[in-house]
Formats: sequence, structure tokens, C-alpha cells
Amino acid sequence: MNLKAFSIDLKNKKRLIPQILTLLSIILAISYFAFNAQVNMDNRGIAFGFGFLSQEASFDIGFSLIDYDGSHSYARAFLVGLLNTLLVSVIGIFFATLIGVTVGIGRLSSNYLVAKSSEIYVEVFRNIPLLLQLFFWYFAALRALPLPEQAMNFNDISYLTVKGWYVPKFIWTNFSIFIYSVIAAIIAIVFVSKYAKKQREEFGKHIHSFYIGIALLLVLPALSFLIGGVTLEFEIPVLKQMSATIFNFRGGVSIIPELMALAMALSMYTATFIAENVRAGILGIGKGQKEAAASIGLTKTQILKLVVLPQALRIIIPPTTNQYLNLTKNSSLAAAIAYPDIVLVFAGTALMQTGRAIEIVSITMGTYLLISLSISSFMNWYNESVAIKEK
Amino acid sequence: MNLNILKPNKENINTYLALGISLLSIGFIDILANTFLDFNITGFLPSIISFLSPLILGAFGLHFIRIEYSGNKNLDKINKNLNSSNINAILSLTVIFISIKYVPSILNWTFFDANFLGSTKEDCSGEGACWVFVRVWFNRFMYGMYPDAEQWRINISFLVLFVSIGSIFILPLKFKKYIILFLLFIFPIIALNLISGGIFGLKWIETGAWGGLSLTFIVSAFALIFCFPIGIFLALGRRSDLPAIKYSSIGFIELWRGVPLITVLFMSAVMFPMFLPDGTYMDKLMRVIIAITLFEAAYMAEVVRGGLQALPRGQYDAAKSLGMGYWRMHFLIIMPQALKLVIPGIANTFLALVKDTPLIFVVGLLELAGMIGLAKTNPKWLGMATEGYVFAAFVFWIICFSMSRYSQNLEKKLSTEK
Repeated sequence: MNLKAFSIDLKNKKRLIPQILTLLSIILAISYFAFNAQVNMDNRGIAFGFGFLSQEASFDIGFSLIDYDGSHSYARAFLVGLLNTLLVSVIGIFFATLIGVTVGIGRLSSNYLVAKSSEIYVEVFRNIPLLLQLFFWYFAALRALPLPEQAMNFNDISYLTVKGWYVPKFIWTNFSIFIYSVIAAIIAIVFVSKYAKKQREEFGKHIHSFYIGIALLLVLPALSFLIGGVTLEFEIPVLKQMSATIFNFRGGVSIIPELMALAMALSMYTATFIAENVRAGILGIGKGQKEAAASIGLTKTQILKLVVLPQALRIIIPPTTNQYLNLTKNSSLAAAIAYPDIVLVFAGTALMQTGRAIEIVSITMGTYLLISLSISSFMNWYNESVAIKEK
Repeated sequence: MNLNILKPNKENINTYLALGISLLSIGFIDILANTFLDFNITGFLPSIISFLSPLILGAFGLHFIRIEYSGNKNLDKINKNLNSSNINAILSLTVIFISIKYVPSILNWTFFDANFLGSTKEDCSGEGACWVFVRVWFNRFMYGMYPDAEQWRINISFLVLFVSIGSIFILPLKFKKYIILFLLFIFPIIALNLISGGIFGLKWIETGAWGGLSLTFIVSAFALIFCFPIGIFLALGRRSDLPAIKYSSIGFIELWRGVPLITVLFMSAVMFPMFLPDGTYMDKLMRVIIAITLFEAAYMAEVVRGGLQALPRGQYDAAKSLGMGYWRMHFLIIMPQALKLVIPGIANTFLALVKDTPLIFVVGLLELAGMIGLAKTNPKWLGMATEGYVFAAFVFWIICFSMSRYSQNLEKKLSTEK
């Protein structure tokens, strides 16, 4: 450290000049671009500003989670796109984790066939560009599904057709009471597990907090149905004849093929990376750890739960969060198959209509940047909190 | 005879084996008859049990032959690798049965029922894949709309590239340096001029006509060459103790890493022209290559930084004590070691780059995947999407898989730790 302070004194000029040069060149570049942009926009008669967001969008979006039609504003269209992006990301993350963890554990299986097929899965899906997988699912696999009149029938409840997957719609009354009961159950579980931990650490008493938790999660929502006045009905899709030759399903919820293809491609592609993370995490736990745990008399489940998983998760979680972020960013490939995500709706249609390239591209990039930075700062905080504290 | 059904033992090995193998065979006959003869042996049972019957029969069969230390080498091997517990037995059977059910039909579609010869869609029987489509369009898939007569120019450029990359491995160390310098500085200029033409009497071919797999290679090669040095400088900048340089590097890296490539390409297509002086025009392909280069450079910077952080401080101190300055220390002592540490990361970044190139379709450039999208909408070739995308997937898979294998080998070869 002393040496460093010394060098600052001696080489002050040497430290200052490169910094000033860097800053100057950045400022020059930005002002050059800004000047050009100003001139260009003046020539085209556009003024920089975000006022267009409140104008009427006057275009329709095929798939929306909230009320939307052409009379709503551009800001609302942006929100629809953002929600669609988040929807496909959440679905993708769920299935990617499911497949990834299964395949990752499968690669370490003592069963030769399971290990080999997991390896083939990883090597095949990791080395094919995501866009091609997406095109394959959308243009090849899902286009091969039957027409509505010959739909693949799942117990007369749900139907898979080339136009989408029709599933029953949930019609709730007093939905908020149900949600409150679930929240109450979660809070109760937190308390029970804290109490159980205290009992175990102070008195050495074992309380099966896991089973109590499951019971709570079942009983409280059930109570909300019995005495809270919550009811749940299903609206089952029915095949209707639209015209002489055209059939389609009415009622229920339609999961559009674009969403299915995107979710499938994203989850199957990202799962390969998660599988590798899981494998690396489990392999990263030294054999000595397991042997030491076994030698003090822990059972197999206890070894997994108390020794292997806590350490493996520390290795697995940071790169896996990175993969979740990648998945969210990759969901922008939606534009290739016309799934109305933020890029297609906002950076595509809205940009074409308004011609406000700078504002719209900045908002879109800013949104992704905000998602990425918030998740990565949360992860940094998490990593610090679980890092092994060395004395 | 004392037969314990629950715990097969060595005394009655023959009985157990006979029982187990016959159950297993019934299971296999059931699934084979079901798949190939369309005949369900267990059709008299309720549908769900009939569906699972091969699995149930097989699982019992495998249970009976699970005899520890049976003395039979092959049996022990099977038990150890496929049949170590009931769950493993069911898993093995599931994998085998799924392969029996689906692998033959996939093979039939790809090879046995497929059509390879002909020149129109009508030459295909329609049973299996129609590889005629790929054959007819092959030239377009490789070269895009590049004129047929001029395609030798692309071929020669890539030949030079591959020969010089190949000679790096063969020639002694002395020449290596020159070849790398040639590849980095002279080759890009030659290749660019050769492919685009306009000089020495070569016909000018605008970048809009470039396409297909060669465009994939062109974009990735240029982005690769340029993103590497930029990434190294960004990594050094991020580790610098000069605050202005450090924070502008961090800002640059995090900006690119936080956004999807598709929005960067959008930016290069619609926003970047607004930043240029009125009337100037920059070629679309050039803008795309710049965008991808900057994007990948940010990722490269993070990989290189990982290597820099992993180097022990002693290396820096030793270099300084020899009186080396900042640049000499970094390029003679630090970088060679740091880069070696992060070869897998560099290879992964390159792989990601190659896999990202199809995204240039958003600005209207058609590389392999884009050309297939174009070909499948040709009225004479409708309904060929599957063949096209399977072909493209296969091509990309070969490229990416061999690259990843090569990097694994390189990593092993360069590893100095024993």
C-alpha cells in the first residue's frame, strides 16, 4: 500500500493524463452522436421526447394478459409486451430448472443408460443455436399438430390443436380470500420451521416441520373453500363450428403455439446449461465431506440435506441465476415467431408506427438493463450472505 | 426348495434367472409387438395397466435377476450398470422402451424412407424426409444470393483462412507469430476486398447478396478477430486503478451484458443511422459486425477478467521487481498465463458468438437459418420446414460440437497442473 501511495505522488501526471483522455474521448463521441441525432431529427421534423407514450396505439396485440385493444396508449402496449416477456420467462425458468436438475443428476447416475442419454441430451441441445430450435418447434413440430376437429383430446378437459392448446379456465369467486389463506399458510410455515429449529437446537427435540408445513398448506386453503366462501369453477373449452369447414374451440384458455414453442425452446436450451451447473456443483463436493458425514452416523438423506446440498447449492446458484438472466434476455427471440413480447410489440410495431427510433430502442434496452442489473445486484447480495465466512 | 421371492439369492440362481428372463422377454415381446406389429398382447387388461405392462413385467424380471456376486461376469455387469436397484431397473427399461418406440421411426424418416435424388418436390414420396429440398437449395444455403459464377471468391477466402489456421499447428514457433499477425491484420482486408470485389476488375457484389453459411462464417470470423483485443483492453480497464478508466469500462461492459443481442441489432439497424452525419451511409453488414463485436467483447472482457483475478499477486510483484512497466508486464507475464487459465471461457464465448449469428435476420441479412426461412416459403417447396431446420441444426451442431471438443482437448494439453 505504501508503494502505491508513493507512486501516486511520483507519477501524478502519468495517472492523470490517460484518465482525462478517456473522459474527453467519451464526451466527444457522445456529443458528436447527439449532435448528429439532433440534426437528423430536425431534418425529419421529429422532436425528442416521450410524449408519444400517451398517444393512442391503434394496433392490436394477439395475446395479452391485461385488457388491451387499439384504443389504449403506447405505454399500455409496452406494459402488455413486458408482461408477455415476463410470462414466457417465468414459464421457461420453471421448466428449465425442472429439466436441468433432472438431467444434471441423471448425468451422475450409476445407471449407464440414464447417464448416457442425459449426456446425449446435453450435447445435442447445447450445440444447436436457440433460434434454430425455436424455428424447429414452431415451424416443424407444432405445425404438425391436428386441426381443431381432430384435436388431441386429454380426458375431454383439454385439447391440443395446431391453433393452440386449450385448457380449462379457472373462474374464481372471492379469489382474494384464497390468496390471503395461502399467504397465511406460508407465514405459519415460516413460524413453525423457526420454532422447530429452536426446539432442535435448544432441547434436541425433533419436530417434523416439513409434514406440518405441507398440512398447513393444504388445510388453510381448504378452509377458505369451506368457510371463506371461495368457489372455483372450470370453464371447459368446447368445439364450435364457425362455418361449413372451419371449427374452433370456444371457452377455456388458449395457450397460443407461439408461447408454447418459445417456452419449449427456451427451457430445453437453458436446461442443458443448468444441468452442467448442477453436475459441477455436486461433483464439486469432495468425497471426504460425504465420508466424514457418514462416519459421524448421519443417514443418507441427512447427508444429502445437511452436508451435500448446502455446499452444492453455493456452487450451483450463482451460474444458474446467470442462466435465468440469459433465458430472460433470450426470450426476445420471440420477435422471430411473432410472439408479442416487448421487442416485437414495442421495438417492432410501435417503432414502425411512430418512427421514434432513439426513444423506443432506449426504453427497450433500458428495461432489459433494469431487469438484469436488479437481478445481478440481488445475486451479489445473496452470494455475500451465503459465502463461507473464513476466520 | 426355499424360494424367497423378495430376495433372490445365489442358491437358486437358475430358477431366478429362468423366471426373470422369461418375464423380461414377455415385456420385450409385448413392446415389440405393440410397436412393429400393431398388436397388443395385454389388450385384455384395463388400458392403463396394458399401457404399463411391459414396464411392470420387465421390472419384476429385472428384480429376479438382481443377484449379488452371482459368479456370472455378464450378469454382474448388467446388474451393476443397469439394474442396481428397483428404481434403476425401471429407469433403464423406460430408456430402452422409449428408444424401441421412437428411434426406428426417426431413422426411417431421416434415412430409409427419405428421398435423396431428384430436382423437384414431386420427386419425393412424402413418406420420409425430402432431402431433395436441401440438395436443390444447397448452393443458396451455402452462399445466399451471391452469384454462382463468383462463388470461387468466397471459397478461396475460406481456403486461405483454413490453410493458415492449419499451418499454425504444423509450422514451428518462429513462423507462428507471422501467421497470426497475417490473420489478424492482413487477411481481413484481403478477404473483404476479394468477397465484395470492386477492385482489380472483380465484379462488385453488394453485401445484401451475401448470405447462407458463408455469411455465418464471415460475421463470426470478423467478430471473433475484433472482439478479442477489445475484450482484453476492457478487462484491463476494469482492473485499472485509474477511476475514470475503471468506471467507464465497467459501464460499457455492464451495458452490453445487460441487454439481449436482438435489441443491439435493432439499435444498429434503426438507431445507429440517426447518430451518423446526415447523408453518410454505413453498410448494413458492417453495422451488424460492429454491433456483434462490441456485444461479444463485453462478454470476452468478463472472461479475461476472471483469468486476471485468478493469477496470484506474486506474478505481478515479480514482473515489477524486474523493472517491467505496465504494458510489458501485462503482455509478457500476465496475459499469457491469464488467457491460458480461461481457455474454456474463451471457447464458450466464441461458441455463443457462432450460435448468435442467426439473429442477424432481424436486420434482414439471411444467413443459413434465414435462407431456409426464405426457401420454405417458396411456393414450389412448401412444407419443407422440418427438413430445412433439421439440416441447419445438423450443420450448426457439427460446428459447435467440434469446437467445444477441441477446446476441451486444448485445455487438457495446456494444463500445467499435474
